[in-house]
Parts: sequence; C-alpha cells; structure tokens
Amino acid sequence: MTPVIRLHEAVSLSDRFPLLAGVTLEVAEGEVVHLRGPNGAGKSSLLRACAGLEQVVSGVATVLGHDLTVDRQSVRREVGLLGHATSLYDELTVEHNVRFAVRASRARPDGVEASLARLGLDGRLRTTPVRKLSAGQRRRVAIAVLVARRPRLWLLDEPHAGLDGDGRDLLDELVRGASDAGATVLLASHELERASAVADRVLPISGGRVVPGPVDEGTGDGAAAGGPDVDEPRTGGRGATAPARPVAPLPAPPTAAGAGTGAGCDVA
Amino acid sequence: MWRDALLVAGKDLRIEARSKVALGQVAPFAVVVLVLFGLALGPAVGAGSVLFAATAGLFWITVLLATVLAVQRSFALEAVDGASDGLRMSGLDPAGIFVGKAAAVTCELLALEVLLAGVASLLFDRHLAGFAVLVASSVAATVGLVAIGTIYGVVSIGSHQRETLLPLLFFPMAAPVVLAATKAWDGALAGAGRHGSGWLDVLAVFAVAYVAIGTVAFGPLLEDA
Repeated sequence: MTPVIRLHEAVSLSDRFPLLAGVTLEVAEGEVVHLRGPNGAGKSSLLRACAGLEQVVSGVATVLGHDLTVDRQSVRREVGLLGHATSLYDELTVEHNVRFAVRASRARPDGVEASLARLGLDGRLRTTPVRKLSAGQRRRVAIAVLVARRPRLWLLDEPHAGLDGDGRDLLDELVRGASDAGATVLLASHELERASAVADRVLPISGGRVVPGPVDEGTGDGAAAGGPDVDEPRTGGRGATAPARPVAPLPAPPTAAGAGTGAGCDVA
Repeated sequence: MWRDALLVAGKDLRIEARSKVALGQVAPFAVVVLVLFGLALGPAVGAGSVLFAATAGLFWITVLLATVLAVQRSFALEAVDGASDGLRMSGLDPAGIFVGKAAAVTCELLALEVLLAGVASLLFDRHLAGFAVLVASSVAATVGLVAIGTIYGVVSIGSHQRETLLPLLFFPMAAPVVLAATKAWDGALAGAGRHGSGWLDVLAVFAVAYVAIGTVAFGPLLEDA
C-alpha cells in the first residue's frame, strides 16, 4: 500500500536556517503517529511541511500522492492542520468560522452541525464571536473546524494545549475515531502519556530529523535512559488497550477521488 | 475563482458589519481630513477660491489615505492568530482570495466616497455636476486603488513594519490613479463631459491592468507572506 506520507532525506529551510535536516519517515493510511522531541526539534516544521506550508527544497516528500517538492498547494485541501494558532476570525461567530472553513475547503456542509454539537459548541456558544471565547473554547472551535472538514490527514501540533480534562479526552476520542475511519494522524505533543496512549507508534525527532532512539525531552539528546520504545507499535498504546470511551461508528475511509469530502470522524 | 471570491468577500464584509471599523474609524478619519483641508486652504469657498479649484484633488487624496487604512484593516484580519495560515490551508484559489478581498474593500470605499462627496460639496461649496462621469470614474479609480493596495497588502502581511511599509509601497503606484481620477472629476465638475470621459478611459485601463496583475501575482505573494 502506498504510504500517506513518504519523506526521504527531506530538507526544508527558512532562509538558510534548516527547519528539517533530512527527515526520513513513512506513515501508512489510518496510522496514528506521535512525534516526540524537545522544543525546537523540528516537530512543528515537519507538520507544516506535510501541510504544504513549508517548502521542501531537497529529498523526497510525498503526501497523499502529492509531490511537495513540485506542488505544495494541491495537498492543502485534503489536510487538516491544528497548529499553535487557531486560525480563526475573532469577529465571526463560532458557527460562521466553522462554516467558512468548510465551504472554503469544499467539504460537505453536513458535518457542521454534528461537529459543533460534538465539541460542545452548540447552544449559546454557536452565535458567540470567537473573540469572546476563552483559549480552551477557541481550541475547541479549531478542532470543530478540523472535524467538520473531515480531512484525510490530520496534523496536530500540541492539540491538547489549553483544553480541560474533558476536552482532552474528547480530542483523544476524535483522533481514534478519525483513524478508525481511515484518516491518518500525525501528532506532536509533550503530553507523552496521552499521545502515546492514542498513537500506534512514536517517532523521536531531534535536530530537524527523525532519530533512531528515544529522545530526552529536556535536552534533545537521543537514546535517553528510561524513554519508551520507539518507531514500533506501542506497548500499552491504542493497539493494546481499549479506548477510554466508546468510539462512535465512523464513515468509510476517504479515497483520492473523494478527497476532503468524506474522510475523518463521525461526530454524530 | 468567482465562488471563492464571493466566499472571501462575504466573510470580510460580515466581519466589517460586526466590527464596524470602516464606519467607526475610517469614515470619521476621512471626514476629519477633509475638514482639515478646508481649514488649511479656507476659509474662502465658492468660485475662484483655492478650495473650489482643488475640490477633486482634495477628495481623491482623502480617498487615498482612507484606502490605506481599509487595506491595512483587511489584511490585519489575516495576520491575527494564524488566520493567514488558515487562508492558505483552506485550498481557496489565490486569485479568488485577491478578488474577494479587493471587492470587499471596494464596497466599503465606495460607500465612504458617497459620504465624502457630500461632505466636500457642502464644505467647499461645490455643486456635483457631471454625475455619470463622477460615478463611473469613482468606481474605476476605486477598483484600481484597491487592487494596488491588495497586492501590496499581502506583501506587507508578514512584515513587522507593515503599518509603514504599505503606504511606502502603495503611494507611488497609486499616484497615476489619483492623478487620473482628479482630472476626471475636475472635468466632470467643470461640465466638460468629454474631457472627463477621456480620463475615465485611462482609469479603466489602470483598473483592468492592476486587477489582472493582482489576480496573477497574489498567489506567489501570499505564499511568501
């Protein structure tokens, strides 16, 4: 099966500063991968490169069949990126933000209502301008956008940040549900236990590349003592334990022909 | 492209309707500028006065300044909380984003120009003759100005000096449009319809050229922003 993400010695630069210094990795369809590493290791840059926001200047970089070294715009409609910023418009209401994102990405609009309800954004919050929301609520809106768009590839950068306990549990459920529906998830997080529990495997990142051993989150040194096994199915992760909550049934996995319109998570 | 343009224009106009920045800040600013022109060049009004002769120029200088504010506001929306990343990730056609953002600012400025024309007529005691040429030249000039502003607005979006960078880039390119618009208005106000119509043709050429350039260039500029 063709991997959803295939990078080989991929290099990305910001001016002359290397963001990615030769990343090699493959991620299969439906897989949940936890990117782990210290601040500045290149996790966010890797996610942004996979989203087509950072130029890959050398090496091989193919995401959802799109060669990012040639064209990094075509992939964007099929990818959902939840970054540090929420990419929301402050003056628009919660509902208008979600509807705008869904219409812009040409996703089916029928997921909007369900995603708002699933994220607890129906009722009064639906018509509230985003500027009046707390940081955690804004995060929920950003997740609602992602869920409503139903992308084939979820790129999550510290997705638990700012969420309360229920929100974190819900996010984990959504990630599991998306994966079960066939979407692929690349997740960068310092919430090691949570991320590892939901992930199929862990990829340590350091110095802008995937390293072979565990990484000390504090220093970035590889092969740190006491770290989890890496780059292999996680013992005690989602493959070994039942999810904390029952996962809702999910629609069929996306296909290239139906990109951005049928993939992701059933939020009903 | 047109679908995306409508979507973006609708989003920007919805934001303006909620925030009322154009109504509450840009319009008062523009009126104050016109009043200050009146104080600086007055108090004499009516035929033969400086204000009478300079009405068209003062009007378009004021519109030029208001355009900078409106364009800055339009792109400030995209600079908050990673919204520009969201715009790029949306998969919207960049040409559609350009046309949509330009259309929204054009709508706001045309409404402002109606207000300013009334204020200028009142303050400078100038009857608004040649109405058809005034309207047509205003539309063409506004489209041209906003197209230039939108091109440079996206250039300045990623800059820490965007407040000062935009006028620096925008004013030199906008000068020919302001000149042509002033001439068109002068001709129309003086009742010389044909003279005004000649400048109207120039304005139409500028508008088409700048919109075409923006449609092509906006995508690469947005990527670099």
